[in-house]
Amino acid sequence: MTTHPTPSEIDRYADGDPGLDEVTVWSVEMHLENCADCRARLAGSTTAESRALVAEVAAAVDREIAADPGPTRRAFSGTRVRQRWFVGAPLPWLAMTAAVLGTAALLTRFLPEMPSLVLLLAPLAPLPGVAAAWSRRADPAWELIAGTPSTGLTMLLRRTAVVLVLVIPVLAVVAAVGASRTNPALVLLPCLAFTAATLLLGSLVGVHRAALGLMAAWAAAVVAPSLAAAELPTLLRPAATGGWALVTAVLAALTLLRAESFRRLTTY
Amino acid sequence: MRAVSTAETATTTHPWAVQAEALKVRAGRHLAVDGLDLRLATGVHGLLGPNGAGKTTLMRALATVLKPAGGRLTVLGRPVDGRADLRPARRALGYLPQHFGYYPRFTVREFVTYMAWLKEMPKVAIPAATQRAIDRVGLSAKADARLRTLSGGMLRRAGVAQAIVNDPQLLLMDEPTVGLDPEQRLDLRELLRDLGTDACVLVSTHLVEDVVAACTEVVLVNEGRLVWQGAPAALAAHGDDGHAGDSPAERGYSALLRRHRAAAAR
Repeated sequence: MTTHPTPSEIDRYADGDPGLDEVTVWSVEMHLENCADCRARLAGSTTAESRALVAEVAAAVDREIAADPGPTRRAFSGTRVRQRWFVGAPLPWLAMTAAVLGTAALLTRFLPEMPSLVLLLAPLAPLPGVAAAWSRRADPAWELIAGTPSTGLTMLLRRTAVVLVLVIPVLAVVAAVGASRTNPALVLLPCLAFTAATLLLGSLVGVHRAALGLMAAWAAAVVAPSLAAAELPTLLRPAATGGWALVTAVLAALTLLRAESFRRLTTY
Repeated sequence: MRAVSTAETATTTHPWAVQAEALKVRAGRHLAVDGLDLRLATGVHGLLGPNGAGKTTLMRALATVLKPAGGRLTVLGRPVDGRADLRPARRALGYLPQHFGYYPRFTVREFVTYMAWLKEMPKVAIPAATQRAIDRVGLSAKADARLRTLSGGMLRRAGVAQAIVNDPQLLLMDEPTVGLDPEQRLDLRELLRDLGTDACVLVSTHLVEDVVAACTEVVLVNEGRLVWQGAPAALAAHGDDGHAGDSPAERGYSALLRRHRAAAAR
């Protein structure tokens, strides 16, 4: 059977009567949580001072609301850009890329006997970002987006463009640090060629796998031998610039021809 | 993104919203859907089956996320297997995955707007469609709240809002009632019944009571195959007191599964 607190106990609880012992206060509170009738009685038991205070606060809040122009709606135009271009979280991979390239630039500057690490690593600079631009782990809404008509090469190119816009300035800075031995075209063109190669290969095995495979292959076939021999390969000498431009154009064209392969992102 | 003509977004009717013949779909290396035949028309269809029956894989294939490994699959009158153009079907699809991922910093309105844009809705129609979808799921008061601040039930409702923002002709919802309180579940059932009057709605769930209350048809799958398809009342007729379950429909569900397993074992 439910035992209600007496009206006197509720009045004393409402008044904050210090004579009410702790056990009674606790039992009244427990009861009030579950009894609407007693809560209503409690509301009627408040003192005139309490009711006057509540009325005063309510009137003050009403005056503030009437005087304030109200919250402004967030401008849609600003969020639209973010929605379409920056849905991912570029900071982690950008920080990692900048740290690696910065170290490479310092080593290139202070260890002149070594081949330029900036040149050796520039082709790989955008690949972590490109891999992250479309992967289940990096994009929480991957499955939702994969079922929309916008999914395809256009979306991937848009995200890749964001990666390049962020990475190329970093490359420019690190190339400037090692300016005495670094040809800007030999930094930029291999970087673009490897980006195009990642997308093309990605249409077959997935962009994530393609990026990892190309990074491993370049490191094993070019970076390691160059460091062992302490000289740059022919691929990264000024004479190769035209070759890189041609390769970039061909890879980009082939990627565009395979546009339909990007409609279903499960192959990524 | 290219402009989409009015003709491409116009509502078209199809005798069958979904037609699958001997459909096979892989989940990783496992053939989760293995020779499934299914036809779905307008109405609310409840997809039932035990864990591992292939429900989620089937949903992903219907949503054109997974490519069929075999058989034929037509969605809204268009083939979506092989090298077919998926865009027309995707424009008329709504999909709520089981594990619904979202961008925590987006507000509900931004998220639904973004999904409407990805669904290539006409630009001028997006703001009103977004507001309508948010209103229909009862999130009007939270429209400008960031997703990271919402409760599990509210997030689920935001997921439903993005699924229905384009007034889909085929709406696929994988476990939409997870995280909803009883009142919200009742509201969702009512919304599903409303949507099912002029669209094909397929709802995957473990809760037989949700299917009985909201669906016009039950689709029972097990081990990647169709076990039974029919009205909720007919499902109940298959069970008796000797089968597990708290309701006639649950007992019918248990009876059909047991028979299918016994037949498969022979």
